[in-house]
Amino acid sequence: MASYGALAATSLDLLAYAPPGWGANLLAGLRNSMLIAFGAFGLGLLIGIGGAYGKLHGGLITRDLLAVYTTIVRAVPELVLILILYYAVTGAINQALVLWGYERIHISGVVAGIAVLAVVQGAYATEVLRGAILAVPRGELEAATAMGMSPLLTGLRITFPLMLSNAIPGLANLWLVATKDTALLSVVGFSELTKATQQAASTTKAYFTFLLAAGVLYLVVSLVSTLIFNRIEAWARKGQKRAGG
Amino acid sequence: MKDWLQPHRVVLIGLAVALVFCCAVFLRWGWLGNPLYQALILQGIWRTLWILLVTMSLGMLLAIPLGLAQAAGPWYLATPARVFCSVIRGTPLLLQLWLLYYGIGSLFPGIAGLRDSIFWPILRQAWPYAVLALTLSVAAYEGEVMRGAFKGVPHGQLEAAQAMGMPRFTIFRRIWLPQALHRVLPTLGGETVLQLKATPLVSTITMMDTYAVAGKIRQDTFIIYEPLLLLALVYLCFAGLIVLLFKWFDNRFPNRVA
Repeated sequence: MASYGALAATSLDLLAYAPPGWGANLLAGLRNSMLIAFGAFGLGLLIGIGGAYGKLHGGLITRDLLAVYTTIVRAVPELVLILILYYAVTGAINQALVLWGYERIHISGVVAGIAVLAVVQGAYATEVLRGAILAVPRGELEAATAMGMSPLLTGLRITFPLMLSNAIPGLANLWLVATKDTALLSVVGFSELTKATQQAASTTKAYFTFLLAAGVLYLVVSLVSTLIFNRIEAWARKGQKRAGG
Repeated sequence: MKDWLQPHRVVLIGLAVALVFCCAVFLRWGWLGNPLYQALILQGIWRTLWILLVTMSLGMLLAIPLGLAQAAGPWYLATPARVFCSVIRGTPLLLQLWLLYYGIGSLFPGIAGLRDSIFWPILRQAWPYAVLALTLSVAAYEGEVMRGAFKGVPHGQLEAAQAMGMPRFTIFRRIWLPQALHRVLPTLGGETVLQLKATPLVSTITMMDTYAVAGKIRQDTFIIYEPLLLLALVYLCFAGLIVLLFKWFDNRFPNRVA
């Protein structure tokens, strides 16, 4: 029993915030993870808006190219995409810079991580938003046209608010995927939460303690996000009849 | 077919073929001729496939009781099932895999006698941890899906079975489970593709799957892009096959349940 007590004490020491403990490293990793998840989710949302618009109103070629984009991204493992995009994007930018007579630059892990995950998120966001826009009842749009609303105003006042309540569950799911996908960036050596955890664990050999602690951090992020998204969905569904009610 | 093959598509397909041709001609594919790499690639593909198959089947088997417990179980079964699903779905699979392999694995040597037992040769290898982690992941995600499916079966069906005097287990076996599975079937193809996309993670715990083989080739030959492109192509083909397989499977079951 004494040995278990000692184990608990050392675990707490290891997780302490001050330098002998690794708490500060883990929290810095968590901050990096959240930064990338926010950036990738936001950028992915922009790609998704463009993609959904292109899929619904774009020309024939735009639509086909978008279909290729979403199909490939949704079929190839994120880990493979991250490697390909990471090397291809950084390589291409540097080659272009050299070609135009500039110095090579070192692309920071955060920027590369955001760019790579945003491409992945964008494909899923395109599908989520496209589905949400298609789910807006036609009658609402026809009523708006009949009232003489301009297309822009219809989009702003009718499509967007109605689409939002359909899209939020899918987007909430995407945000959770974004927070979890940041862990994959540890494979290309970027110091987010999982990588920081791995470093702490391999230095101290306390694998169980650190991996469990990181799991708790991820779980807290996920639970808090779920709560927030539930609030947002309730707000977006204000004035609508409850589904299935 | 005519509908599908419009002029602009012919041009796009032509461009795609040209791109593939350029990749085939101008990139370095010499390493593909090496019999050692050929054997490794085939072995890796085989490993990816059996992990996918085993974890999907075991996970679905676990998902049924998990879904049932959440949909209709008493609180002492429903709550643990719900907590299990939230925990697995709320943390990255990579972390779960490492927690099992490095975390639990690092505790094992401290247990007296385990090293000499018959379990040690199995516990020393990576695949049991990979199978366990990926199975739990399927179980949690599919458990959530099964919960909705069990709840979605119309009450009248179960009441009718009860009125016929069917025992509870027979109702479950003949009415409730088949109808719930029928509801899940259309989503199963997509879930299997997601699981396929999760399998490369096992390469981080030293399993030589397709992804790890590509990594090894890149390290040996210093060729960066080509193995990655092949890797993407392999996964694309498998994802396509899975989708087609499930579409065919789905069409064999008529949509008789409203």
